[in-house]
Amino acid sequence: MKEIHNFSILERRQLGSRYFALVLGHGGRMQPVAPGQFVEVLVEGSRDVMLRRPISVHDVDEEKGTMTLLIQIVGNGTRKLAELGVGDKLNVVYPLGHGFTSDLRPQTSALLVGGGAGIAPLLHLSKVLKAKSVSCTILLGGRTAELIPVRDEFNPYGRLCIATDDGSMGHKGLVVEHPAFSESYDMIYTCGPTPMMKAVARSAAERGIRCEVSLENMMACGVGACLCCVTDTDDGHRCVCKDGPVFDISTMRKWYEK
Amino acid sequence: MLSVKVHNLCLKNPVMTASGTFGYGEEFADFVDLERLGGFIVKGTTGSHREGNPYPRMAETPSGMLNAVGLQNGGVEKFCKEVYHRIKHLDTNIIVNVSGSSIEEYCDVASQIDELEKIPAIELNISCPNVKKGGMGFGTNPEMAAQVVSEVRKVYHKTLIVKLTPNVTSVVDIAKAVEDAGADSVSLINTMLGMAVDVEKQRPYLSTITGGLSGPAVKPVAVRMVWQVAHAVKIPVVGLGGIATAADALEFLMVGAKAIQVGTANFIDPAVTMKIVDGLEDYCKRHGINDINDIIGII
Repeated sequence: MKEIHNFSILERRQLGSRYFALVLGHGGRMQPVAPGQFVEVLVEGSRDVMLRRPISVHDVDEEKGTMTLLIQIVGNGTRKLAELGVGDKLNVVYPLGHGFTSDLRPQTSALLVGGGAGIAPLLHLSKVLKAKSVSCTILLGGRTAELIPVRDEFNPYGRLCIATDDGSMGHKGLVVEHPAFSESYDMIYTCGPTPMMKAVARSAAERGIRCEVSLENMMACGVGACLCCVTDTDDGHRCVCKDGPVFDISTMRKWYEK
Repeated sequence: MLSVKVHNLCLKNPVMTASGTFGYGEEFADFVDLERLGGFIVKGTTGSHREGNPYPRMAETPSGMLNAVGLQNGGVEKFCKEVYHRIKHLDTNIIVNVSGSSIEEYCDVASQIDELEKIPAIELNISCPNVKKGGMGFGTNPEMAAQVVSEVRKVYHKTLIVKLTPNVTSVVDIAKAVEDAGADSVSLINTMLGMAVDVEKQRPYLSTITGGLSGPAVKPVAVRMVWQVAHAVKIPVVGLGGIATAADALEFLMVGAKAIQVGTANFIDPAVTMKIVDGLEDYCKRHGINDINDIIGII
């Protein structure tokens, strides 16, 4: 069930100059959040920002009743959110959207490909997959090492591979050029810049590997009512907020071939 | 205390939701007790399935937003066969916003909705700014507005609300024309035609260049237009445009709206309509008002 809740910020971590993470809790039981689902947060105290901002859920701790949001500073809304500190409140509508399919069979293998802020939802996903004994390879990319906001957090949940455009860390080049990308997997998940996701989707389609992409778009309602955040799919326009943000590429040929 | 009448419709309270901002109600069921609403207006429905405009379809502007959705919907047949059966049990006024590109299409949709027992009214959308054919074209010319309303009147037998556009020189002329043509009520305002430019990318934010402005930014314009129309026609007026609080709703009621619709504010607080109903109750108690009708049209 979706709900509106005032969370407290329990922790704030700055991750390089462009990213920060907020750990939220409200002292009670949280609604379950599936990997790939997102929240819409209210930005208060800004003259320019009226609409909520959609933010993907980076991590969930069900026992503690907390969730972590990883946020990239991109505009007025996220800049204002960056000013929040420990003890401040954040009004959140959650959980929203259709997340990743995570019910893989034990001993299957999955590749998780993330770039930039798109790395955010993959941590929660890798934890859930690890708990199901899925063997995970986590492949993260960025233009430079500084633009990969989190890395080591993934170590307990699978094999970690890095690709940077400038070679400042890991393989020099794009994620799809990393040797680990060409290995065989039962499932590929990806979230990041659109050109990266399209390249991943095209390759997965060619290799006949099941693949899910997590899209991003400007949103208003977040619940599939206003139809502002649509994407092209093989079934016509679909809402990123409700039908997505995660889509199986078997319905996305039009999108990734464009 | 809060019940009002719009033509033959009895509303538990004056609070409804605006078409295109509340889906089919179901999307908000986790946040809102739908049966506590005076009613809700479902998404604009056309003769056949429409994919709407290409994206980007929205842009945020100061105290408002532009949209260019372009009436994406599954078509009237899908509404009647599927959606209707999922929501018809709700004890509130479910009103269908009827849209089209031609008089024939408006009449076709209206006559199919007329058959649905639990839909007591339609809102005829002659004011959508985001479609190339029809839409606002009908709503900016008194003769054309009257023509579409009188044709729909022949095939639709329940409460006929006509939604007006603010993008005209005289909204009163249009309101009088549709009243004379047989409308039972008018609702206003639809969105205002607007535009915003991304200066970094040096291009408009919207794929359609222009779009409809909604949100608190349009409220004073809407209040003015509702006041003008309420004093010029005898049929009940439904007010909307930027309502986000009970005080906003009261402004519209005081200038003559019998009921109001909440639109863009649903995106910012999905439970806002419940707060507005609570706020109206509280206001009446504080001011010793036994019947909200006593303050309707006092200005």
